[in-house]
Amino acid sequence: MNQYFSSLFAPGVSHREGASVLEVSNLTVIYGGKTALEGVSFHLAQGERMAVVGPNGAGKSTLLKVIAGLLPPSSGEVKVYGHAPGGHICIAYVPQRSQVDWSFPVSVSDVVMMGRTRKIGLFRWPRRKDREHVRQCLDLVGMSDLAGQQIGELSGGQQQRVFIAQALAQEAHLILMDEPLTGLDVPAQEDLFRILDELRQHRVTMMISTHDLNQASGRFDRVMLLNRRLLSLGAAREALTLENLATAYGSHLPFLVPGNGIVPHPPPRPL
Amino acid sequence: MNLVPLFSEPLHYAFMVRGMMAAAMVGVVCAVVGSYVMLRGMAFFGDALAHAILPGVALGYLVSGGARGDVFWWALGTAMVASVVIGAVSQGSQVREDTAISIVFAAMFALGIGMISTMRGYAVDLAHFLFGNVLGVTTSDLWHMALLGGLVLLVTLALYKEFLVLSFDPVLAATLRLPVTLLNYVLLILIAITIVVSLQTVGIALTLAMLITPAATASLLTRRLPVMMFLGAAVGAFSGVTGLYLSYYLNVASGPSIVLVCTVGFVAALLVAPRRGWVWKRLRLRKG
Repeated sequence: MNQYFSSLFAPGVSHREGASVLEVSNLTVIYGGKTALEGVSFHLAQGERMAVVGPNGAGKSTLLKVIAGLLPPSSGEVKVYGHAPGGHICIAYVPQRSQVDWSFPVSVSDVVMMGRTRKIGLFRWPRRKDREHVRQCLDLVGMSDLAGQQIGELSGGQQQRVFIAQALAQEAHLILMDEPLTGLDVPAQEDLFRILDELRQHRVTMMISTHDLNQASGRFDRVMLLNRRLLSLGAAREALTLENLATAYGSHLPFLVPGNGIVPHPPPRPL
Repeated sequence: MNLVPLFSEPLHYAFMVRGMMAAAMVGVVCAVVGSYVMLRGMAFFGDALAHAILPGVALGYLVSGGARGDVFWWALGTAMVASVVIGAVSQGSQVREDTAISIVFAAMFALGIGMISTMRGYAVDLAHFLFGNVLGVTTSDLWHMALLGGLVLLVTLALYKEFLVLSFDPVLAATLRLPVTLLNYVLLILIAITIVVSLQTVGIALTLAMLITPAATASLLTRRLPVMMFLGAAVGAFSGVTGLYLSYYLNVASGPSIVLVCTVGFVAALLVAPRRGWVWKRLRLRKG
């Protein structure tokens, strides 16, 4: 019980000098008797934006959860700034929108303030500088006008932006996002990427899972193709080759047009 | 017509005044804690916990020969143990959570009734445990309630932002490295204490109503948690006092009377709540 209380007051583990933001080595996760991930190794550099793509059940969510310290690895290692993720409070995990109770009686600024829970500290209330910080985070994602709104009254894109603001309020250095593009229309996706571009300028490192191969190939520094094992990782042109995609998706290949990027399935049919 | 005597007459009796203070206190504490119970979908847990206290109450009653102060502490002890046991059972069991809770709760309740059935005059005592006996509240009972109720409110206030994160987004609570398990148990113990505090006012069988109904009424009227807690507390306290007046004039038992006033409040909110009420929706339909 003692370590619980001391952990509440401690500021989280320090970052080892020169360590990379994220170092995953030979990670295997066995979950409910099934192998969700097997022998995955990679690293992330500061300020990098990586997409994680792969078919349903490929282990994308599992990977993000292990990195966030929400699930333990069965074997292998995850190091964030040189330490196991369990002690860090600089990792933000943005859940799929379907995982959130949108009818909960909290406003936009309440949700963003939640990110500051540890920075405020046990038995304390938000101070003026916390409220100021929340306001800046909302400004950055363009949600200041809706600060008092109940969260259920927002559009999908706005809901996504609230959680990014929460991650910023947490002062996260590594943001993990699970399927943030799902269910967003094109303008909302554009808004989201504009915000992500701004975060990159602040050297925030991001790892984002998505089904959208178009966005994955155009908008990220590197793309990881995952299907329990890491199939390829690199610039989209190298990672998302037809051959790699066929290995990942098997017969469910959702796209064609070799050498010319990717189009979503079904391809336009000639009349 | 002068309405003042209508309000002042019951207040000539000291037991009525004590009863109203008790009912108001219960209304406030239950609504604040009940807000979390409702939002986290723990209503069934709350009901089970209230029923599981009975054997402790009965044992205290037997051991102390009916001294009320002792029964109170026995109830508190049982509630704390039961909350932790039910919490542990529901987390790591072989069967579904609600199945596990049902089994524990039914067994404890049966054990309690069995114990009480061995006493003389058991019907009256059992009725008091099950449905409360707010008019029998003594001054020292009031002090116990104020002390524990105050403690519950203080802890709820002190851990407000942690409980909020835990209730809204357990995953965020975990990535912020909050002590999730510990906080969960603290909340369970707060619920247990709240149930014991309300035991004498509405009894084991109706405590659930005080936890859930005022909080639910408030949830129809606002979309901010702090406002919801304040409104719920106001509704709970008002229902407690109004229920006692009605029980005085209509000559019905006090516990059920209080609970039914709570229910009337909820139905009223359901009908006329701004934006979400039935009347409001009807009007909007006609306009648009």
